[in-house]
Amino acid sequence: MNLDLRIPMGLMFTFTGAIMTTWGIKTNGDAIYEKSLGINANLWWGLVLLAFGLAMFILGQRSQRRLAKNPPPPEEEGDVRRGH
Amino acid sequence: MQLTFVDWLIMLLYFVFVLGIGFALKRYMKTSKDFFQAGRALPAWICGLAFISANLGAQEVIGMGASGAKYGLETAHFYGIGAIPAMVFVGIFMMPFYYGSKARSVPEFLRLRFDEKTRALNACSFAVMTVFSSGISMYAMARLIQALHVFDGLFRTLGWAPEGIFTFSIVMSAVIVLLYIFLGGLTSAIYNEVLQFFLIIAGFLPLVLLGLKNVGGWNGLKIAVSAVDPRMMHEWKGVMHSSTNPMGIEIIGIGMGLGFVLGSGYWCTDFLVIQTTMASKNMESARRVPLIAAVPKMVFPFLVILPGLIAISLPTPHTVTTMHEANGIIYHDTTVVSKIAEEGKGIVPAKINPVTGKAMLDASGHPLLDYDMATPNMLLHYFPTGILGLGLTALLASFMSGMAGNVTAFNTVFTYDLYQSYIHKGGSDRHYMAVGRWATVGGILLSIATAYAAINFNNIMDTLQLVFSFVNAPLFATFLLGMFWKRTTGHAAFTGLISGTLAAMLHHGLTLPIEAHPGIHGGWITVVHHYPSDMAQNFWGAIFAFSTNFIITVIVSLFTKPRPESELVGLVHSLTPKPPRAHDRWWKSPEALGIAVLLGAVALNIFFF
Repeated sequence: MNLDLRIPMGLMFTFTGAIMTTWGIKTNGDAIYEKSLGINANLWWGLVLLAFGLAMFILGQRSQRRLAKNPPPPEEEGDVRRGH
Repeated sequence: MQLTFVDWLIMLLYFVFVLGIGFALKRYMKTSKDFFQAGRALPAWICGLAFISANLGAQEVIGMGASGAKYGLETAHFYGIGAIPAMVFVGIFMMPFYYGSKARSVPEFLRLRFDEKTRALNACSFAVMTVFSSGISMYAMARLIQALHVFDGLFRTLGWAPEGIFTFSIVMSAVIVLLYIFLGGLTSAIYNEVLQFFLIIAGFLPLVLLGLKNVGGWNGLKIAVSAVDPRMMHEWKGVMHSSTNPMGIEIIGIGMGLGFVLGSGYWCTDFLVIQTTMASKNMESARRVPLIAAVPKMVFPFLVILPGLIAISLPTPHTVTTMHEANGIIYHDTTVVSKIAEEGKGIVPAKINPVTGKAMLDASGHPLLDYDMATPNMLLHYFPTGILGLGLTALLASFMSGMAGNVTAFNTVFTYDLYQSYIHKGGSDRHYMAVGRWATVGGILLSIATAYAAINFNNIMDTLQLVFSFVNAPLFATFLLGMFWKRTTGHAAFTGLISGTLAAMLHHGLTLPIEAHPGIHGGWITVVHHYPSDMAQNFWGAIFAFSTNFIITVIVSLFTKPRPESELVGLVHSLTPKPPRAHDRWWKSPEALGIAVLLGAVALNIFFF
């Protein structure tokens, strides 16, 4: 399949992470974090998702570029490369 | 519930990507093989994650949390005994025949191995089940959205009547699933299932982490849960006898019923999950798919069962009044907690009778708990706005992935096994692809009808699931005999399947769990045996169905003419050459991976002991 899933997936998590991080910074110290035991869940989890999304995106781009440079050998090769 | 624009933004972003993937894949859908089988070109890791994600519907996420709150760690049997060994078995032993036979669906495999009537039986029952299952999923989602008041604020802003929320939820999910499958076929469904898989982890992992931190880590959880019921922190202790464990089952019921019959029956024969393995690009990948899937599957008890356990062990909220004095004035602050929450246990609310508005009581006068709310309430309890949007999106994603898997399985089986075989043979490839697309539309419309039927007929969900269990229970025996005993004949498989289903019905009609009334729970013929729990009844019913099918198939096979061996090459174990060993190192082989997975499963069982 020509569309590497890691690219859209990476983008989605990058955006989600970015939204949550920004929101987390904006609401830092708010009373809404009483629920999450005083932890700024948006900020920290947003950063985790941001890192995950970027990593996926970069991996997907790299393999897409590699594929463009040397077209895939017929079958078999490269099938065990895992996502992360 | 107060949702802010951030929550909506996250939810919206997800919908945009889900549909975007469908649109992006549309141009790759050139032949029916692309549409129904993802071109048989996907990498193993993607298929592997889709393999478990197809099953990660409402039943899994909400149901396992509910079961965790009700029975505790014993729920992990569904993973350690029910799923993982079966996944290893299907990867190592059964994939060579499924993938190697070039069958495009599980019913088609049955035709290759047995005959036309066995296939027709399986295809029809399967098509009906997938449609109803996706309808059930839709109904459960709409109900949950109502209960959590997700769209209430939105409806108020728009000035719509709140009665429309149910319809809105159903139409929304149906349109989204329909669009992305219509456009991108199985590839789209699989890609989105993988997306949903990660989203579910992203939504539930922080929940578990926060919950665990709150109760004081693993040890804190042990203490808190033991205060509720000391048996709940053990998976195996007390399993020798049904009276000493919360589920009321014993070792034979679990090992045979859950592990050998139900688990294998589901993971090894249900086209809903098998379709993802068939989409992988070669035999090696196809065999690796269920094994890769088994690895995250081992982590899932922590993600889906623990929220339930934590929910039940938290302090039950009560209406409290606090007094404080400021500037000489005494203030009384009252935090009012609803009656259902107060009569519940932990943050699992009591069940209310919709007619009287009072909490429902069980036979011994204790309030019945609405365990299905355990996991959703955990989200509301710990997540502030922002991450709450992520959690709700994950919940919606789980419903949609369950639905999508059913829908793609339906359109494939309908098109290949019913339409192409019995209605219109010899059409062009384009024609079948169009039929597949319209079957998707039809399937979703039927699911919607099911969801609405469920509102009017209270028991329809339970009845449907009961009927499914009758049909599914004997299946594994047919595949086992078909793949590993070359003497098995088509007539035998057909009679075996039918008698297995009849045996399951008969067993249900003659037995009843303790404290249940005859009817939907069993005993509708007459009660000859009482089981300690419905779980035990379920497991033993499966054992009876399987054994009946097995015995009848063997007997009939011996009296009917077997097919010549030359026709069975690639379909039966003893007549099929070993799958060629790829150039990989030995430790990369499916067998080695399978052993590693099994060791992991053993470790998991010991950890939960």
